[in-house]
Amino acid sequence: MTSPGTGAARPSGTSRRAQAWAGRRRDQVIAYGWLVLVWNLFWGDFSWGNLLGGLLVAAAVLVFFPLPPVTFSGRLRLRGLLVFVGRFVVELVRASAHVARIAVQPGYVPRSAIIAVQLRVPTDLGLALTAEVLSLVPGTLIVEVDRDAGILYVHVLDVHGPADLAASRARIRDVERRIVETVGSDAELRMVRSARVDKEFS
Amino acid sequence: MTPGAVADWLGAVSLVAGALLSLAAAIGVLRFPDTLSRMHAATKPQVLGVLLLLLGLGLRLRSPSDLGMIVLVGVFQLATAPVAAQMIGRAAYRSGRVDRDLLDVDELADR
Repeated sequence: MTSPGTGAARPSGTSRRAQAWAGRRRDQVIAYGWLVLVWNLFWGDFSWGNLLGGLLVAAAVLVFFPLPPVTFSGRLRLRGLLVFVGRFVVELVRASAHVARIAVQPGYVPRSAIIAVQLRVPTDLGLALTAEVLSLVPGTLIVEVDRDAGILYVHVLDVHGPADLAASRARIRDVERRIVETVGSDAELRMVRSARVDKEFS
Repeated sequence: MTPGAVADWLGAVSLVAGALLSLAAAIGVLRFPDTLSRMHAATKPQVLGVLLLLLGLGLRLRSPSDLGMIVLVGVFQLATAPVAAQMIGRAAYRSGRVDRDLLDVDELADR
């Protein structure tokens, strides 16, 4: 996959439109291929009949239930993906152990907090993926998303003091950085690495 | 031990671990003080519990057609559980079902 928009020459108006069109077309082809694959996996084996059925069903899904286009300006980075998956598995296990422990601890009532975190790269895809992953790593759960401002409102479980909140903010920024390192463009990568961590809202 | 026996044992261990985590998730949903805390129990241990059960199932069944289905179930579990929890949590917050005595900070309140 190549990343549009990173070429040396600044694209003119028409070629930018053509590029956006090509990008949408590419996204649709990927979605189409994915739906056909899912259909075949659901039936349990790959046969000509399942392939044909999958092609028809996937076409119907894309025609009758169109989704708004996802602005995906980056590319998939293999190294970032491996780091992300590795850390995700470790954190999911830690989060599960933590919640399971305080769930069965007799007489323990966990305190919590809701914090607002400003993301550094507020693209739709980054926002959605960060929100999704936050609910599966230790301590955090997404409550509300301010899409225009790029702010996530996050519920933090088992808070013992301000230090825990600061740790949660750092963890959320970490998740965001790892996601941008997996699917972000070069410009987004620079943004997430260079943006200074301001103490907002606190 | 043959590779098959090793896979069977690993599968059995995964099944038991997944079942225990699911039990802990259920206890958490029951015991935690408010809806938002309960959603933590409904996502983390619940998702890992299901993934471990699927892993155990895959190690016991070991046929390609079952593995495809198992991978799909895992992918959709990972994608949908946080979304469901967020929708429930947001509805709970907006309808005021939040125990303010248990919140240290609420930065959503002054939005």
